[in-house]
Amino acid sequence: MDELLSLSAVEISKRIADGSLNKEKVYSFFKERIKKSNPSLNAFVQIYDAPPAASGISSLSGAPIAIKDNICIRGKKITCASKILSSHASVYDATVVEHLKQAGLQIIGTANMDEFAFGSSTENSCYGPSRNPWDTTRVPGGSSGGSAAAVAARLVPLALGSDTGGSIRQPASLCGVVGMKPTYGRVSRYGLVAFGSSLDQIGPITTNFTDCAHLLNIICGPDSNDSTAAASGTPDFTEYLRDDIKGLTIGIPAEYYGEGLNSEVASAVKKVIEYFKEKGAKVADISLPHTEYAIATYYIIGSCEASSNLQRFDGVRYGLRAACSSLSELYMRSRQEGFGDEAKRRIFLGTYSLSSGYYDAYYLRALRARQLIKQDFDKAFNAVDVILTPTSPTVAFKIGERNMDPLSMYLSDIYTISSNLAGVPAVSFPCGSSSAGLPIGAQLIAKEFDEATLIRLGFCFQCGTDYHKRIPKIV
Amino acid sequence: MVDKKTVEYVAGLARIEVSEEQKQFLESQLSNILSYIDKLKKLDVEGVEPLRGLHLERNVLRNDEVKPSTAKEEILENAPSRQERYFKIPKVLE
Repeated sequence: MDELLSLSAVEISKRIADGSLNKEKVYSFFKERIKKSNPSLNAFVQIYDAPPAASGISSLSGAPIAIKDNICIRGKKITCASKILSSHASVYDATVVEHLKQAGLQIIGTANMDEFAFGSSTENSCYGPSRNPWDTTRVPGGSSGGSAAAVAARLVPLALGSDTGGSIRQPASLCGVVGMKPTYGRVSRYGLVAFGSSLDQIGPITTNFTDCAHLLNIICGPDSNDSTAAASGTPDFTEYLRDDIKGLTIGIPAEYYGEGLNSEVASAVKKVIEYFKEKGAKVADISLPHTEYAIATYYIIGSCEASSNLQRFDGVRYGLRAACSSLSELYMRSRQEGFGDEAKRRIFLGTYSLSSGYYDAYYLRALRARQLIKQDFDKAFNAVDVILTPTSPTVAFKIGERNMDPLSMYLSDIYTISSNLAGVPAVSFPCGSSSAGLPIGAQLIAKEFDEATLIRLGFCFQCGTDYHKRIPKIV
Repeated sequence: MVDKKTVEYVAGLARIEVSEEQKQFLESQLSNILSYIDKLKKLDVEGVEPLRGLHLERNVLRNDEVKPSTAKEEILENAPSRQERYFKIPKVLE
C-alpha cells in the first residue's frame, strides 16, 4: 500500500473506480498513517474512525481529504483551535463540505491551525503547534499549518485551508506543497468561521496542480447562502492542465525582490523565471508601488473585521462559559478564558481602530490604502497576465523564534497579504530547497477569476521539475 | 501611544477581562504594532474612494421561499446553559 504515497489523489480515485483499490482500505491506510505520525507532527485535531456519508461520484471520489478545523461538518466538532469552541458541534455542513460529499470524497478528519486563523506558524493553537515534516523543530507556517503539514507528509492526499492574508500559501510554501487562494467570491464562505469577511477565502492544498484543478472544480460556484459567492460560471479547470504557456506575459514586481528576501529563496524563484522563459513566456518588470503599505493596511482591516466577527463568542448561546454571577461577568470572563493571546491582540487592535475618535485615522484610512493597493494590481494586469514572486521571504523558521514578537510574525506575510486586499487569486508551489533541505515556494498571482492561468503555469512547471514529488522522511 | 487607561477602555468595549500582567503586555505590544501601522499616515490618500469590499456593485436577490431551518433542539444542544427551549443566563433584572 505504500505506493499510495506517490499517487496523486486523481490516480487514487481512478484506481478505486476501476476496482484495483478498495475505498475502505485506502481510508484505513491513511488513517493508520495519520495515527502513527500525528504524535510528532500534531497536524490533526480530529481523526474520524469512518468518514461522514458521501455517496457522489467525481474524479476525486474515494480520495481522503482533511478539512481545516474552522469549516463546519455537520455533527462533528469544530474548534477553530480555540478553547472558546472546544466542545462545539456543527449543526450544518459548510457549502464546500456539501460539495465534497456530493463528489464522494472521504473526509478523514480536521486539521490543526492558529486559533481562529490568527497567525503564520500554527503556534497559536490551543492544541499546541503543528510541526514541519521536513524538520520537526520548525513551524509548518500558518494559519493552515496542519493542512499543509498533513499533505506534505502524505498523511492525506488533499486538504482544504482558508486564506485571509496568506494562510494557505505561506504554509504551502514552508511545507513544499501547492496551496491556492482563489479569487474572493470564487468559493462560498458559508460554513467557514469568519475572521475577515472581506478577505477570507477557502482553497485547496494538494501535492500537485492536477489535484488542485480537480478539487477547485468541486468546491467553486455560486451559493444562495453566500451573497458574495460570485454568480459567474466556473470553468473546467482541468482543461488548463496542459504543458503550454506560450504567449503569456509574466510580471516581476521589484517590490517583492528587495530587502528582507533570503538569498536562497531569491535564487530559487529566479530559476522559475528562467524556466518559464525557456518554455516561451515573456517576462516584464513591473511595479506595485503601494506594497510597503500592505501589512499595515491588512492588520487594521483584518483586525477590525475580526473584532466584529468574534463578538458572537460571548458565552451565551454556544461555546465556553466561565463561572460568573452576572451577565457582564459572563461576557468578560468567558472571553478572557476562551480566547488565546493572539486572538485578544487582534480583538484589541480592531476594537481600538474602530472606536470613536480613531475610526477615521485608522479604519477609513486603511480602506483608502486598500483601494490604492487594488489599483496597483489593476494597472499591472493591463500589461501582464500573471505576476511571479516569492511566497515567503524565508524558509520555515524555528518553533518559538517569532511568537514572542507579534510584529515579526506579521511581517512573515509580506508577499501574500496584497492579493487578499485586492481579491485576486494566487497560488504557492514548491520550486526548490534550501541548503538545509527545507522547501522554497514561488507564488503566482493572476487577475480576478483567472485561476486557470495559475493552473496552466503551475502545471507547466511541474511537467519539467520534480520538487512536488519530494516526500519528507517522517517518523 | 497606548497607555494603561486606553487598554482598560478597549477591554471594556471588547468585553474581555484583563489581568494587570496582561494589561502591561497589551500596552507594549499594541504600542509596538500601532507605531508600525502609523506608516500609513505618510501615505497620501486624499480623494481616494475607500474600498469597503469586493464585488459590491451588484445586488444579490433570491426568491422569498419558505425552507426548512435547523431544528431548535439541535441548536440548543450546544448551549452552555439552557432551560426548556431557552438559553439560560444569570439574572439581569432585580
